[in-house]
Amino acid sequence: MKPKSSFQRFWINIKGSAQLYLLLLLPLAFIILFCYVPMYGATLAFKDFNPGVGILGSKWVGLKYFIKFFKSPSCWLIIKNTFILSILNLVLSLPFPIILAISLNECKNRHVNKVVQMVTYAPYFISTVIMVALLMQWSSINGGLFNNILGLFGVEPVNLFGDASYFRPTYIISNIWQFTGFNSIIYLAALSSVDISLYEAAKVDGASKLQKIWCIDLPSILPTIVILLILNAGQIMNVGFDKVYLMQNQMNVQVSEIISTYTYKIGLLNLDFSYSTAIGLFNSVVNVVLLFSVNMLSRKISENSLW
Amino acid sequence: MKTSNTQRKKIQEPISDRIFNVCNYIYLGLAFLVVAYPLIYIVSASFSDSSAVIRGEVWLFPVGFELKAYKAIFSNKMIMTGYWNSIVYTVLGTVLNLILTTLTAYPLARKKLYGRSVITWIFMFTMFFSGGLIPQYILMNNLHLLNTMWAVIVSGGISIYNMIVMRSFLQSSIPEDLYEAAYLDGCGDIRILWSMVLPLSKPILAVMVLYYAVWHWNDFFNALIYTSDPALSPLQLVLRELLVLNKIEGQLTESAATIASRVGMYELLRYAIIVVASVPVLCLYPFVQKHFVKGVMIGSVKG
Repeated sequence: MKPKSSFQRFWINIKGSAQLYLLLLLPLAFIILFCYVPMYGATLAFKDFNPGVGILGSKWVGLKYFIKFFKSPSCWLIIKNTFILSILNLVLSLPFPIILAISLNECKNRHVNKVVQMVTYAPYFISTVIMVALLMQWSSINGGLFNNILGLFGVEPVNLFGDASYFRPTYIISNIWQFTGFNSIIYLAALSSVDISLYEAAKVDGASKLQKIWCIDLPSILPTIVILLILNAGQIMNVGFDKVYLMQNQMNVQVSEIISTYTYKIGLLNLDFSYSTAIGLFNSVVNVVLLFSVNMLSRKISENSLW
Repeated sequence: MKTSNTQRKKIQEPISDRIFNVCNYIYLGLAFLVVAYPLIYIVSASFSDSSAVIRGEVWLFPVGFELKAYKAIFSNKMIMTGYWNSIVYTVLGTVLNLILTTLTAYPLARKKLYGRSVITWIFMFTMFFSGGLIPQYILMNNLHLLNTMWAVIVSGGISIYNMIVMRSFLQSSIPEDLYEAAYLDGCGDIRILWSMVLPLSKPILAVMVLYYAVWHWNDFFNALIYTSDPALSPLQLVLRELLVLNKIEGQLTESAATIASRVGMYELLRYAIIVVASVPVLCLYPFVQKHFVKGVMIGSVKG
């Protein structure tokens, strides 16, 4: 038999997967239309948008809008707000799910375990709109739960939405309240796959529970922690638009204005399309750079990485 | 025999561990209280007498049972339209999600797919980089989808993360031999998906339905951006108007103003609306908790 040429082999491979390609046709068309076409549309950042002729026909203006952004007085404030909120949120909410997972893992009473899990996961299902509404409600001066409890200790009622200095703590603590339970699932899964013989060996050596946690549990979930950190690092600039936008008001706007809320306002409320696209593109690029660099760093330090 | 056994166990457990156990239970109890108490409070407050809520008399159980707030909500047209829209968006959106996710996850789970890593990257890349808000908005405008329900449904099309979870499930739960056997029986790849893979992947499909449905039910961003007609607002957008932007008074209290003091009714309505809006998801929750946990665990295998 004649050896097959590389083209023939290529053709056989293609033919072998023909039906699979057919299945992929629809989703591929979908993401090309709704994800890749807008990526091309991001060239708008380098153009002066003219609604009459669309993105293609608009005139190139180079870096005009990026320069406009970096020269604008609010630019650094917004970038700073985004970073501070995001990093504080990332760092402060990191330990809670881990502690909860370890604690649940140590609790041998099955009923207690089940009830605590069931209840702590529940807030995950509350929508952002309702979460913010609840925060407003609880911190309400007349009859709000939070102020009622403060009142028991003789503390004057505070309005969490009336002062900029309350914005970040409110945002972060409510996030912790809402997501600790759900985020602990992934660590629980990692803990449940730890080799039991490790615990038995530790028992023989007379290790206390704290020692077991420190020397067995934590190292075994470390890869999970690192992977989640990398994934989150890629989202640093994407700190949730929804919640921040809903919590924003005139009183806290100087700390709550972040890149995503700013692009929304510039783009869809002021209709300055090119400027908004430029800021959005800057945001996306920073995200990708962060993701890749954290991934690389982690591969060097801990040998855990996404790819 | 029994007693000596338990005694033995007690001796084996050092004091430090017993202290640890006690602290652990205290910690879990605190976690339980911190989460459960506010949730119970919301429900209690929504059923209470309005003046009792204002005076801060409601602590755990409803004070002076009342259903006025609920009556006001169910007779409000805006909320009911929002409810209906949310149901439509959730059902249609989830169906679209399921079709797209399955059609992507299955081929990408097959080792024989030629060019698998390239195609996977084409999908993965959209997870890290997007064109941004305005280009997406302009696209919707060009497709004449702005201000229609389709814009909201289509913009939540496929979650790449969920797709990867499903792909991992298919890879780990369907052995290659099964595909070979199907080939020998003369089955093509599409037929394999329909008659073999789908019946075998019911658990993961359940997980996907739950993830997507909860996401659609809770989403307000896409509707905020792509629709301006109030008749198209999903429940979350209506809630934003009523609860966050405080447009509640003109909307709801007019009829109820005579019954209770305006402020009181206003507080009650807020709690009742929150309960009504969360009920569908929270009711399902105890039944589906197992699936949710499973989904996260499958996802973590990949990570």
